Amino acid sequence: MSLPSDALTNPVPARPTANPGNPPAEFLPPFNTLPDADGHVHGHGDGGSHGHDSLRTLDYAVIQQCMHCGFCLPTCPTYDATKKERNSPRGRIALMRAIADGQMDATKTFAEEMYFCLGCLACTTACPAGVDYAQLFETARATAEHAGVLQSPSRDWTRRLLLKGLFTRPRLLRALGRMLRIYQASGAQWLVRKLGLTKLLGSRLAKLEPQTPQVRAQFSHQLIQPVEKPADDQVKYRVGLLTGCVQDLVFSDINRDTADALLANGCEVHTPPVQACCGSLHGHNGEPGTARMLARRLLDTFDVFKLDAIITNAAGCGSHLKTYNRLLADDKQYAERAAEWSRKCKDINEFLVEIHFRAPTAAPAGIPVDQLTYHEACHLCHGQKITAQPRKILKSIPGLKLTELSESTWCCGSAGIYNIVQPEMSQQLLERKLKHIDKTGARTVATANPGCHLQIANGAAARGKALHIAHPVSLLAAAYRAE
Amino acid sequence: MSQAAAATDLIAALQRHFPADALITKPEDMTAYSYDGTPMLKGMPSAVVFPTTTEEVATVLRLATESGTSVSTRGSGTGLSAGSIPNAGDIVLCLARMNQILELDTANLTILVEPGVINANVAAAVEAEGLFYPPDPGSMRVSTIGGNVAENSGGLRGLKYGITRDYVMGLEVVLPTGETFFTGTKCVKDVAGYSLKDLFVGSEGTLGVVTKILLKLLPKPAARKTLLAIYEKMDEAAATVSAIIANKIIPCTAEFMDRTTIKCVEDYAHIGLPLDCDAVLILESDGHPAAVDDEAQKMEALCKQHGARSVKLAADLEEATKLMTARRMAIPAMARVAPTTILEDATVPRSRLAEMVRFVQKTAEKYNIQVGTFGHFGDGNLHPLFLANELKPDEIHRVHEAVGEIFDHAVKIGGTISGEHGIGLTKKAYLPGAIGELNVRVLKELKRVFDPKGILNPGKIFEADQPGMEGTATFTHTITRGITPEHLIPQT
Repeated sequence: MSLPSDALTNPVPARPTANPGNPPAEFLPPFNTLPDADGHVHGHGDGGSHGHDSLRTLDYAVIQQCMHCGFCLPTCPTYDATKKERNSPRGRIALMRAIADGQMDATKTFAEEMYFCLGCLACTTACPAGVDYAQLFETARATAEHAGVLQSPSRDWTRRLLLKGLFTRPRLLRALGRMLRIYQASGAQWLVRKLGLTKLLGSRLAKLEPQTPQVRAQFSHQLIQPVEKPADDQVKYRVGLLTGCVQDLVFSDINRDTADALLANGCEVHTPPVQACCGSLHGHNGEPGTARMLARRLLDTFDVFKLDAIITNAAGCGSHLKTYNRLLADDKQYAERAAEWSRKCKDINEFLVEIHFRAPTAAPAGIPVDQLTYHEACHLCHGQKITAQPRKILKSIPGLKLTELSESTWCCGSAGIYNIVQPEMSQQLLERKLKHIDKTGARTVATANPGCHLQIANGAAARGKALHIAHPVSLLAAAYRAE
Repeated sequence: MSQAAAATDLIAALQRHFPADALITKPEDMTAYSYDGTPMLKGMPSAVVFPTTTEEVATVLRLATESGTSVSTRGSGTGLSAGSIPNAGDIVLCLARMNQILELDTANLTILVEPGVINANVAAAVEAEGLFYPPDPGSMRVSTIGGNVAENSGGLRGLKYGITRDYVMGLEVVLPTGETFFTGTKCVKDVAGYSLKDLFVGSEGTLGVVTKILLKLLPKPAARKTLLAIYEKMDEAAATVSAIIANKIIPCTAEFMDRTTIKCVEDYAHIGLPLDCDAVLILESDGHPAAVDDEAQKMEALCKQHGARSVKLAADLEEATKLMTARRMAIPAMARVAPTTILEDATVPRSRLAEMVRFVQKTAEKYNIQVGTFGHFGDGNLHPLFLANELKPDEIHRVHEAVGEIFDHAVKIGGTISGEHGIGLTKKAYLPGAIGELNVRVLKELKRVFDPKGILNPGKIFEADQPGMEGTATFTHTITRGITPEHLIPQT
């Protein structure tokens, strides 16, 4: 493939981008040709099922790796809450093994258990035996979905709408985000809340309504040019920047900050204006076929062989993005690119430390960094084992005082869409997190994942606490700007 | 009445006393209580009950006795001899929710805890008061004090500080009838009657259910120094430990790991262990700062005298803790190289340890099995860990043959078949050979005194022979993918 040197990304099928404020028509196939519940795609062949999607066909060695020592038990938030073995990683793996051995079917209880698991991967940090719980958990949820034991009209509809409809179509997602923005910015949301109209949503949705994130006025592509070069034109690295889904709508400023921090450290930043969802939501929620389809699409968007790194700033995405090599191992066309991708995909914290980022010389303006604590996103510390790097970045910022948070690696209860589907456990964990934050006396909480960011912000707001939440890279970028 | 029918009746009776959250019977839940930390063995219980008070434990036992259903008591399920794997149809009595620290008495240096408290939580609670609870089994972050008492767990500090038994001052025990008594006091000296508490320590859930534990504490040592010595030959490491003790130094820890173990541990912990040596020795001295300095210096010199390639002093407490934590992870870390890890804990007088390590290696070679050995050099407690695959019955069979020879040899040179993991199911075939038939008969008669109907963990330590309980433990433990119990539990 020959590419001009300044375009190391491949804008997914060429389409007009003249007016970024007004998204063009959706280019994806119609809704009814998207992959169905078992990951099969009818019509355009880009999902496909896979031998690893079932516990019965998964390499048995992956299951055998667990020697049930139980070292994971004290690190599992659900086991900690119930003290029931089934709610522990070891218990869940025992169930998976029983299914793999043909001693048990994927029952409704099994499926519910797999969705009671936060997927926080704390067990993988604790596990001395090196069990790949992420793979087991994804395969188990796919097995549960395939068995159809949780099917109900409303669940099926919601999953189809979210996983297949919305989170496979970046433009549609942005259009929806824009509508939500108008609703929020025009005062309509205020009015609806004041008039108590949220009651019309039913009790479950009404409870979730206040958690609706505040959508940004501008999305990533309006803030970041497809290619940006460092001010001094001294290019040391060429990197691709992933803008994400939620991050793009709700935290597009963090994407801008990420680009700024990269530019300040000699990176040429390539940011395709339209990017597919990375598929983490799908991979983690039993839709491996769709996850693979989205992974291929993202691989088509970047020329991974010509970039030095692909940067993500959302821990949940990063933890999944780095497994593209496993996800597409059997895909003849994509396996090589996926392997290269997994080698080059880096979390922003990880990458900045790796390239010996420049310590800023000024304190960021207007952010209370002198009383700051750091909450570790599960998929950063457990999923990607990145713990020292964000602290190194934070500590480089003049005037920043970091007070360590007890249980900083304990899940905050956000866990992807867990806070929506398991509100009770999610709230328990949020309560626990906020209590620890309180004890530090921090006014600012740094965290590197949009889910945690929203969860902690919502929790603080609901309790009338003034807490500033910031991504470490935003603080770094703000410090650079203050120079 | 059959065991199954008895269990059904018992569950119905228990439902009147326990809420749904504290009495579970779903097959998925039973699967999750069918194992402990022991490889390959499983037994599906018929219900799991979670009492939170002594009275509730008493209710369960009284009703179980009335219905003649056997009960298997359990904490975190980290046991390594299958002591907490239920027989098929058992009621599992899980004490994990009885996890309160009841009293920390800084005047008498004792702590009173419920059985479900995690060992590490006791350690942390007393440390906050400047005190010290020494027994530290490898599983200390997970295993419960109740389980530690039931198995009489040891740990890394056994050489200087002894084992769980040495710290148990009193126990509240519920008998199978539901009657409850307390044995022991806060008095250092107490000779009122037989020392019953000592009978329950290490009884593996076969005599009664412990519901409160009074533990002895020590002042926290003011200083601690940790050394890592690296050897080209295991014999040199063994000679070093002998020399240290001959020089009247009792280190609180003298742990060793062989090449295979080092590789696995390093793979997990990334603490910079050398991968090209035959053995490492982790030595720790604790106590008064001046004494610790002196001991550490002497130990360092002795290491060098006996051929250590290098000796490194841990820079700070954090580095020392990392080293110890890594060593504690040895058992599960070995699972990185083989799907099935079969661990033994033959123990010999410490003067014979180097000889025993060589015997293990020779035996593993003879049977063509991979083995990694590590353990407590200071107290002669050896952990040969066989690396195998449960899907290969022939390999498992060879492991059992090798284990048999190792046990025979350990006993022959004055040792024992289990230093700290217990007999449970996996070693009961070897027990008569180790302690003698008369000894086993006395054990059985003792059990009959406390548990005449034989409802408490029958078939563990020795075969159950009460009417209705015979052979309970052998027909139930089925395993997956074509392997039969005969492959898994050595038969008498």
